[in-house]
Amino acid sequence: MWETLTNYNWENLFSILPGALVFYVLAGLAILFGILVVANPFSRSPINSGLSLLATVLSLAGMSVLLHAYFLAAVQVIVYAGAVLILFIFVLMLSRKEMKMVFTSTRIRYAVGTVVALALACLLLSIVFQMPAAAPVKEAVDGTVPAIGRLLVTEYLVPFEAISVLLLAAIVGVVHLSKPNTKGESK
Amino acid sequence: MIGELLYSFLDWLKQIPHFWWWLAFTLVKIGAAIGLLLGMVAYTVVLERRVASFIQDRLGPNRSGPWGLLQPACDGIKAFLKEDFIPGGVHRFFYWLAPAALMVPAMMTLAVIPFGSNIGAQPMVIADLNVGLLYTFAVVSMSVYGIVLAGYAANSKYPFIGGMRASAQMISYEGTMGLSIIPIFMLAGSANLSAIIAWQTTSPFHWGIIQAPISALLFFIATLAESNRTPFDMAEAEQELAGGYNVEYGAMKFALFFMAEYASVIMGSAIFVTLFLGGWSLPLPWLNAPAADSWLGILIGFIHIGIFLAKTACMVFLIVWVRWMLPRLRFDQLMDLGWRKMMPLALCNIVFYAVLLWGIAMFRKVFEL
Repeated sequence: MWETLTNYNWENLFSILPGALVFYVLAGLAILFGILVVANPFSRSPINSGLSLLATVLSLAGMSVLLHAYFLAAVQVIVYAGAVLILFIFVLMLSRKEMKMVFTSTRIRYAVGTVVALALACLLLSIVFQMPAAAPVKEAVDGTVPAIGRLLVTEYLVPFEAISVLLLAAIVGVVHLSKPNTKGESK
Repeated sequence: MIGELLYSFLDWLKQIPHFWWWLAFTLVKIGAAIGLLLGMVAYTVVLERRVASFIQDRLGPNRSGPWGLLQPACDGIKAFLKEDFIPGGVHRFFYWLAPAALMVPAMMTLAVIPFGSNIGAQPMVIADLNVGLLYTFAVVSMSVYGIVLAGYAANSKYPFIGGMRASAQMISYEGTMGLSIIPIFMLAGSANLSAIIAWQTTSPFHWGIIQAPISALLFFIATLAESNRTPFDMAEAEQELAGGYNVEYGAMKFALFFMAEYASVIMGSAIFVTLFLGGWSLPLPWLNAPAADSWLGILIGFIHIGIFLAKTACMVFLIVWVRWMLPRLRFDQLMDLGWRKMMPLALCNIVFYAVLLWGIAMFRKVFEL
């Protein structure tokens, strides 16, 4: 009896919960908080938007877990929730004086915004309707750390390096901007 | 009669679907682990107060119970019975959310830590993830939101500055923490915490602290910074910030902040023990391999849990000790240490181990060892 128990681990939780149910809960949360990021009816505070974006990011990480892509889920939380969003919120909090700013808009802006939003909706809907029905996955993708690492240094080496050059450019830019201005008056 | 009943009971046990067994064992493990963590939190507070007293040549709380052992109960009752006030002008939702947002990540780390080898055939870890260590970093990186929210929710300048400082510090040291343990990934060849312990059980020289001492040092310092402890307790620098975010919180909400700090100290110690001190193993016969599935094995399984707890307690003691021995760093010194000393050292450490492992592999290939 005891031997058979070892075959069970936490992944089995998904085998009894219908996967679709978990998916719809996570997708619903992602969409709900996604709406709250841009159109929160209760508050226009940028901090609320930032924290709603955090909830969206966490829901998306949950979907990665559902797809057994644990590495991707962990990295999503570490990079987006743990680093990028916290910096967003940090900057929003430092610009505290501007927080009482009321977002005003002109009619032309509303018109342009409506057109752009409708165009984007049409584009997305056209893609959704063109999509073939979901087919079973041909080969299982290995989401473990060694598998992803191997892919990054073999098949996707060039894009990987290109991204790192891009990040380097950003770092150099920050160093340049934060350097005290030596030509003019000293700080 | 009793024998028959016993047999029919065993038959009934056997026909329970495996899933329910798994669920029952997991719930028991979660309950036991959280209960143990909170118990350790309560007694770490007493330990801290007593150790602080001895270092400062006074007695500390010694009135409630023998050696002050009932002190946590008194503190708990006091925190629960106090008036749960909410200062005027706070952002109410965030004010409620912040203590929980700090406490929950501290407890979630528990899920992937192997606190023993196995008892019977049950592995003593709640979720044996293949990205276990990355999971802990993901969870730890979430705890900064608790401090940020606490500073923001108070809507007052001192807590706000305290929160900003603490979050800047946590973000800075998170990077170093992540980089410092990459040599352990490379040496153990896995990010799974059980695999990392299995790699360390082979001999005493395989303990992470001997194989990668600089990683251990950097990780320890980063752990102090992540749990906001002296010499890095910027959020509660009382001379400058009048207690930081603690000013606005009272009763049980304050107690939650307090407990979250100790929970993160304990979880940091537990991760340190897992990565660098061989986890539940000791380099002795019986104790350096997972326990067998037998009656003796079950006993050894419990001894493994005891070893893990003893090692964790030693680390907690070390962290408490450090707090009462070192002065607080100034904020610019803190940032300087994090970004200009520890971060480059961690990067050099990674390159060193990468070159070393590559060199060993090449050596073996050339000489066909």
